[in-house]
Parts: sequence; structure tokens; C-alpha cells
Amino acid sequence: MDELIIAGEKFSSRLIMGTGGAPSLEVLDQALAASGTELTTVAMRRLDPGARGSVLDVLRRRDIKVLPNTAGCFTAGEAVLTARLAREALGTNWVKLEVISDERTLLPDPIETFDAAERLVADGFVVLPYIGDDPALARRLEQVGCAAVMPLGAPIGSGLGIRNPHNIELIVEAAAVPVILDAGIGTASDAALAMELGCDAVLLATAVTRAQRPELMASAMRAAVAAGRQARQAGRIPRRRYAEASSPTTP
Amino acid sequence: MIVTINGAAHEVADGTTVAQAVRTLTTATTGVAVAVNDEVVTRSSWETTALGDRDRVEVLTAVQGG
Repeated sequence: MDELIIAGEKFSSRLIMGTGGAPSLEVLDQALAASGTELTTVAMRRLDPGARGSVLDVLRRRDIKVLPNTAGCFTAGEAVLTARLAREALGTNWVKLEVISDERTLLPDPIETFDAAERLVADGFVVLPYIGDDPALARRLEQVGCAAVMPLGAPIGSGLGIRNPHNIELIVEAAAVPVILDAGIGTASDAALAMELGCDAVLLATAVTRAQRPELMASAMRAAVAAGRQARQAGRIPRRRYAEASSPTTP
Repeated sequence: MIVTINGAAHEVADGTTVAQAVRTLTTATTGVAVAVNDEVVTRSSWETTALGDRDRVEVLTAVQGG
């Protein structure tokens, strides 16, 4: 069984879904089911007394593990508080650490992220930090005890795919913890490429929830992640400059 | 005294607890977390934690996201 193991916990699916961007909880529910995901992110926000239904009910019904994020935080202090509130509300010490630098790019702030990661690890959290495609930062975060690293393929929600496959490969080569490609996935081939590059899992939300047919795209992503994983394990042929005949060249 | 609950100012009686502040928004006790002045107040302490004048109460829950 080819399981994904994060902090000792086993997952048979290597596709981690986010729940952001779905037009309704019904659409989200169908997409989650089609994706086969076993781990799904949620955000923490002020309670709205008028809100009908909860994403938590959907996840509970589907028996999907919840991974709270710290989306919307700009400083380590905000992220640490958000993680502690999530732990209190959801009863999990897992956190997708996300500290962004500005609203326009939503790119992760490496300094604040590292600071928060150190504090959260010391506080007993299982920390999965969202970072740029920076091999040096990935290594430092692993050294301070993060349970995985989550480099971006491209900015959140951009659908631009993997802009720097070489850096993702460098991160994968050096990492002893799972590498989860997070953000930037636009379509199934992007997810397959992430796995072919050696990532252990893919996290995506917008590519599914804002697709014209979310359930169908979720199914495509599931297949792409599985295919990319198999291709990685199978070992691709080397790239050649010229042709190499596959049929005998003599009559 | 005045306390702020999720950004809105409320006039409340002296001795109002965190639990009473939460109940102005919801009757739920699971899936909800509270911070007062940026410090988490654990659920087991809601009934016994009294608010002070100008306290900032944040009541959070999980929503769809990333």
C-alpha cells in the first residue's frame, strides 16, 4: 500500500483538498467525495450567527480529517493565535501555517512563517508551512521540526501551474519530510507534474471549486495525482536530443 | 461596561462571563473558539472567566478556506 504518512498518520489519498471558493456546501460536498481526499483545509473566521450549515458538518459526514489554516494572517503572532484558536475549536493540533506578505500576490512571508513555525512546533503543533519554492527555507523549516513543507507552484488561485519545476525538484531531493505542492494548480496536468517531480501530495482548492464542473474536475485531479505518482515510481525514460527507434531498423 | 464582541461594541452588565458573550452569537459550544484580548480562553473556562471593561472578545469558527 503506497500511503502518504504525515507525522505518523497514514493517508491513502495523496490529494489534499481545500474548501475555499465553492459556490455552495452541496457542490463542495460532491467535489470532496469525487476527489477521494482524506484531509481538507478550513479557515478560521469570526462566527456569523446568520450562517446556514457548516463546512465542519460536511467534513464530519464524509469522515475527512480537518486541517485548519492560518489564512489571512500577516504576522507570526497572528498566525500563532489563529492556530491556537483552531486547536481549541476543532480539537486538532495540526495546522497549515500560512503567513502572507501582501494582499495582491498572497505570497508567503518567509521570515514571519519561520518565526511562527518555531513557536508552533515548540507549542506541540504538527506544522505544515506554506512557503515559496525555496529549497533553503524548506530545509530550515524541516530542521526546526515541521511535519511537512508545502511549496507553492504559483500564487494562490492563479492557476498558473508549477512556475519553477527545478526548485520543486531541489526541495524534494533534500527533504526527509513530505513535500506537498500547494497553490497554483490550474488543471489536472499540473497536479500530475507535481507528483512526477517527486512531491508526496498535492493540495488544491480553487482549481476544483471554481471549475465549471467542480465534481468532474475533482475526479480528474484524483486520477492525475494517482497517475503522476505511478509515473514517478515507474521512472521516466531519459530525455534525448534525437530519435531512438523502437522498432528494429534492419529489415 | 463596554466590551467588543467580534468587532461590535456591546453594553453588558459587570461580571458578564465569556460564556454569556458567546451566547449572544451562538448556542453552539463545539467548533467554536474564543480569544479575549488576543489570548485563548479554553472552553472549560468560559463560565468562570469574567470580562472587564473594554475587553475585546473574538468568537471564531471554521469556514470554507484554502
